[in-house]
Amino acid sequence: MSANSVINFVDAVAVYNGYPALAGVTLRVERNEIVLLQGPNGAGKSTLLRACAGLMPVIRGTANVLGFDLTVDRESVRERVGLLGHQNGLFGELTIAENVSFWSTVVGASTAERTSAMERMSIDGKLAERRVSELSAGQKRRCALACLVVRRAELWLLDEPHAGLDAKGRDEIDHIVKEAVASGATVVVASHEIERAQQLATRTVSLVAGQVRDSQ
Amino acid sequence: MSMSTSRIARAVAAKDLRIELRSRVVTNQVLPFSGLVMVMFAFALDNDDVLQRTAGGLVWLATLFSLFILVQRTFAVETYDGALDSLRVAGVNPQGIFIGKSAALFVQLLMLESVLFIAAVVLYRVNVNGSGAVLLVTCILCATAGLAFVGTLYGGLTAGARGRETLLPLLLLPVVAPVLICATRATESAFRSGGVTVGEGWPWVAVLAVFAAVFGLGGLLSFGSLIEE
Amino acid sequence: MNTETQTFKGVGTPATRLYGLMAIVALGWVFLGGLFFTPEDAVQGDAVRIMYVHVPTAWIAYLAFIVTGVASACWMIGKKHSMGFDRVAGASAEVGVLFMAMTLLSGSLWGRITWGTYWVWDPRLTTTAFLFVTYIGYLAVRGLGGTAQQRARRSSVIALLAVLEIPLVHFSVVLWRSLHQRATVLSPDGDIKMDGIMLFTLLFGVFGFSVLFAWLVSHRQRIMAMQDAQQTTAIDVAVAERLKEAQA
Repeated sequence: MSANSVINFVDAVAVYNGYPALAGVTLRVERNEIVLLQGPNGAGKSTLLRACAGLMPVIRGTANVLGFDLTVDRESVRERVGLLGHQNGLFGELTIAENVSFWSTVVGASTAERTSAMERMSIDGKLAERRVSELSAGQKRRCALACLVVRRAELWLLDEPHAGLDAKGRDEIDHIVKEAVASGATVVVASHEIERAQQLATRTVSLVAGQVRDSQ
Repeated sequence: MSMSTSRIARAVAAKDLRIELRSRVVTNQVLPFSGLVMVMFAFALDNDDVLQRTAGGLVWLATLFSLFILVQRTFAVETYDGALDSLRVAGVNPQGIFIGKSAALFVQLLMLESVLFIAAVVLYRVNVNGSGAVLLVTCILCATAGLAFVGTLYGGLTAGARGRETLLPLLLLPVVAPVLICATRATESAFRSGGVTVGEGWPWVAVLAVFAAVFGLGGLLSFGSLIEE
Repeated sequence: MNTETQTFKGVGTPATRLYGLMAIVALGWVFLGGLFFTPEDAVQGDAVRIMYVHVPTAWIAYLAFIVTGVASACWMIGKKHSMGFDRVAGASAEVGVLFMAMTLLSGSLWGRITWGTYWVWDPRLTTTAFLFVTYIGYLAVRGLGGTAQQRARRSSVIALLAVLEIPLVHFSVVLWRSLHQRATVLSPDGDIKMDGIMLFTLLFGVFGFSVLFAWLVSHRQRIMAMQDAQQTTAIDVAVAERLKEAQA
């Protein structure tokens, strides 16, 4: 076992409501990789990302992320992992600026980091004063990404980051992902936009029925 | 409390209160509801003397009914778009979340209670003198702190659970029974209902303070485990 | 996991059969002794016979909740978080709720005969009723779903919070009732002059119900262990099915 693997899963099983969403996943991801997870709906892509973030318990097999054994301790890893899930984790009644400010405060990010994240997701200026409930799906996604960027995680887990975004927004995401990798992070992306994501990714992993079918 | 815990607590409380200011759920829905409950009590009891004597209990009962709605609301905000998940993934200190959410609930409850007590003065014809007012305010502060702590604690447990609308009252009602008993007796003393004196109310306030301390501490220790899936 | 499943041919062991038998004998004596052999009380008459059931079930109910609290604490403190403690906590709470229902029922029947009313707001009664409702809530939390670990984690916290809550409930009810003395109605509080056979039957009742409690809890927790094992097997099957699905 390579000691500096960011993700090292061997025959990992995770169960959701009695259903084995992960049925023995074996996967290794090294530092600075950009891995594309692809597969049909229900193959376990989202569950795998949630398990890596320590949200889903892995009940069998080996599951190491950033050196933490998730079968024993799911909490310590979280400070170093960022997850953009299906849901955005935003508060509809608050403005973009207030949302980003809240998430920056609770994770201890500086004002400068917050401002730059908002600029890069082009949600600064006038748009920042709009309430999240009034925004389009793409704008919400960009706001959620800004909240993720300020965390400066070592491992980024992105679930359908391109969904709902226009061409410019997708370019922006790819740009941010490359920047994160340049600064030493590792990224796992689950996406249906295979062509787009393949250009970005260094490697593609296919999930079928809760297992890794092939990874090249 | 560490620096980061208090920073998180302040951010969470400010966020909850700002959401309330914008959505006005408490002002536009919970407040009219509890006001209606007060009027309904008057219909049900249909006797000025009885109303005056039981005013304290009725105010606290109306507060408890509203507590369930407030607690559901304060966690619906967190689960609607997966914010609670995000807080957990970000490794945000659960003690900070607990303190912040309790503080916001405390403020909203206080607002509600002050309106209910004014309603009691108007509808149930109770009156308070100077020393009674001191007792009443202390009682409200201690009781509300206790309610905010247990509300946050059990609200966090049932957030996202199936059947939470019925589970929350089942868990919460037995726990808040001491608050109902003690706050009612202290309030009756403050109102001097049925010939009790103001001085008799203070031991009850002491129990309320112990309750708040016990569940505040219990919440700090256990909130992290309860919101974990 | 397979070895565990094979041992579960039944839930009985020689030990449980032995104290199952002891419970039958002891409770048989309580039935005969309580209804026929013991004399009626000078003040309470035949109503005193309710005591032979009421006192033991009340004692068991409280014991059950202490067991739940202690087992929950053991689960939490133990480094291995052994699931056995969680099952004992759950089984004990279930049996406790059952016995507490019997206590409340037999107590209110006795109250109707002796006091003329089914219920009085006595601290002991009120605390008991709250304990009953609190542990129904505890069982509801156990039924919330998720893995066995999740269940154990949530329910142990709830059990320990209940341990904090019950003294507060009791204390505030005591304080509340001390202000409203209506002693004349309530004065016969169960003090009876007991002769030898009455005391003997009562002690035998406590013994018999205690053994019954142990019998019920050990069976119940073994059934829970089987359910957990069955869940594990079900996951094995489901994983195997998904493997086939992947190869198709």
